[in-house]
Amino acid sequence: MSSEMFVHGAEWTVKELFVYPNEFIYWSIQIVMYPYMTGLVAGAFVLSSLYHVFGQKDLKNIAQFSLVFSLALLPVAAVPLLLHLQQPLRASHPLLTPHFTSAIAAFGIVFSTYGLIVLSEIWFVYRAYFVRQVEQLKGQAGLGNKARRLVYRALTLGAYDTSDAALRIDHKAARILAAVGIPVALFLHGYAGFIFGSVKANALWMSPLMPVIFIMSAVVSGIALCMLTYIVIMEWKGFRERRTGAARDATEIKGVESETITKSTRYLLGFLVAAISLELLDLIFRGYTAMKSWDILRSVMYGKDFINIFVLQYGLGNLVPLLLLTLPGRTIRRTVVALILVLFGVFMMRWNVVIGGQAFSLSFSGYMHYEIPLIPHSIETFKEGLFGALTVAALPFLIFWVLNKFIPALRQDAGIG
Amino acid sequence: MSCSRRKFLKQTMAGALTAALPGITVLSLAPGEARALAEKSNLRWVFLVDTRKCVGCGLCVKACKLENEIPYDAPITRTWVERYVVTKDGETHVDSPNAGRDGYTSAEIRGEAIDPENIEKAFFVPKLCNQCENPPCVQVCPVGATYQTDDGVVLVDREWCIGCGYCIMACPYGVRFFHPETKTADKCNWCYHRISQGLESACVQACPFGARRMGNLRDPDDPVTQIIMTERVQVLKDEYGTEPHVFYLGLDERVR
Repeated sequence: MSSEMFVHGAEWTVKELFVYPNEFIYWSIQIVMYPYMTGLVAGAFVLSSLYHVFGQKDLKNIAQFSLVFSLALLPVAAVPLLLHLQQPLRASHPLLTPHFTSAIAAFGIVFSTYGLIVLSEIWFVYRAYFVRQVEQLKGQAGLGNKARRLVYRALTLGAYDTSDAALRIDHKAARILAAVGIPVALFLHGYAGFIFGSVKANALWMSPLMPVIFIMSAVVSGIALCMLTYIVIMEWKGFRERRTGAARDATEIKGVESETITKSTRYLLGFLVAAISLELLDLIFRGYTAMKSWDILRSVMYGKDFINIFVLQYGLGNLVPLLLLTLPGRTIRRTVVALILVLFGVFMMRWNVVIGGQAFSLSFSGYMHYEIPLIPHSIETFKEGLFGALTVAALPFLIFWVLNKFIPALRQDAGIG
Repeated sequence: MSCSRRKFLKQTMAGALTAALPGITVLSLAPGEARALAEKSNLRWVFLVDTRKCVGCGLCVKACKLENEIPYDAPITRTWVERYVVTKDGETHVDSPNAGRDGYTSAEIRGEAIDPENIEKAFFVPKLCNQCENPPCVQVCPVGATYQTDDGVVLVDREWCIGCGYCIMACPYGVRFFHPETKTADKCNWCYHRISQGLESACVQACPFGARRMGNLRDPDDPVTQIIMTERVQVLKDEYGTEPHVFYLGLDERVR
């Protein structure tokens, strides 16, 4: 029968022993991507706020970049949810008829509040730059310049005052927004943790620590991604400078880069240690209290998912980068390897929560394995397969590339600090 | 007129709190409780399963699939029958091939033959939606597409469900699934379209042994209610605080 083919989840779920008939891996790769992307957004914003709010001057270079990058990441945080819905055309319903006892009913509200904060902060930081662009492009020939000027005119929102008093207000507003943004960013992500942590039917997810664990790992991944992207861009700039023969500029870039990276690494390490401690606390607590579900949880964690959890997540994703970052004689290259591993580790943590939480049956008598669709042969296997995930992962860079054309994230003279 | 700021604020606060009180009270109640306060319905549907009468013929599953237009061969179902075989070594073997739809004609469990001499006990357990008094699926639906009726049955609005799957994740009993055709969450509703018209639900009607019965918990003279009130009945997974309303007679502690 043809309808057999389209049972959601049947395609990629392999059952073992006794599993209830209706149980499948309903939440697949896109629900792994959702907290991963939200985490990156929140983390990137927190990194930028460390400079704006707490005056961590050494983070100035990366702060401005992180702010713009968090805007690029923001729309992508909602894409996995859209791709995962069985009725994507009804995606606006949670906003139209929110049912507030549901942990996901307020997603649209929290998400748009946060989006507005990021947008406004960027506007205050870059307003003077927009005004300068409007003035500089005035009277320049070419359709391109005219179009650019039009965009910048729209971006100023008609506020052309660049007096010292006006700039001071911009500065103050950006700082206030950055400060307000921290709790909202953390809430946005802690909230993603709550969505999982509050599912009482799921023995692995249900934990009041879940939101906090999510926040810590979010900041870790956000800082890591910003640092990594920053290094890649700076190295590329240095490479270009060297090729054009401007050797002095290249060393200058190197100096700025390594200083920024050293400072950011300190924050990364702090949050990494906090994240690992909380996760281990959760694990130890489950083992010690050994509730009814512990038998099956243990067989999943120490058996079926051992490689995923202890080798890939804790080992390769946490321990190795921790050593790489703390052992003396750290180089940029070693930092890059550590950052990639950190990002991988946080991804594996999301995977082990989302997929691991569905790896055992509610009957506690069987298991389910997720076989991620690699080559798509239908819309469903694209959306909930490898290529859907890769699309989501690539989107922020595409958006950043476009944003950076108008809001130069790396030009220190562009934004007000 | 003299009205100090302090007094003004005090009175405003008191007024606001008094006005909000009914709202707060209702919010902290389960949907069923709140409605029960507003209007006491004289009907609360309840289901009784006598596991000692079930022979695992699967007619209930068949009838359900046909009555409720659940694709017959698709691996999802609104109700199912589980087989439990406990061997002398204390091992529990459970299966439910095709949700038990075609009956249990083979002595093998997942390809493993079990020696009849080695069986300590064996029984069947029909499963269906528990129409919980405190349904987690209703709690987590972000759009209110799944809701509880006054008579205790949880329904799904196929026109409004966004297909997020949160309700499927929230149900501790695994009764929910995505309907392959409507692409919305689906579950057993005790044949609400039938019981509200005075008919029996498809599975109750199809059961040749009276293992499945339904009644009205608010009617003390209802034969099903009398059994529930006077006999030793059990529910599934009460530790989740869902207050399930499928009561079982002869339920073994091994059943999850």
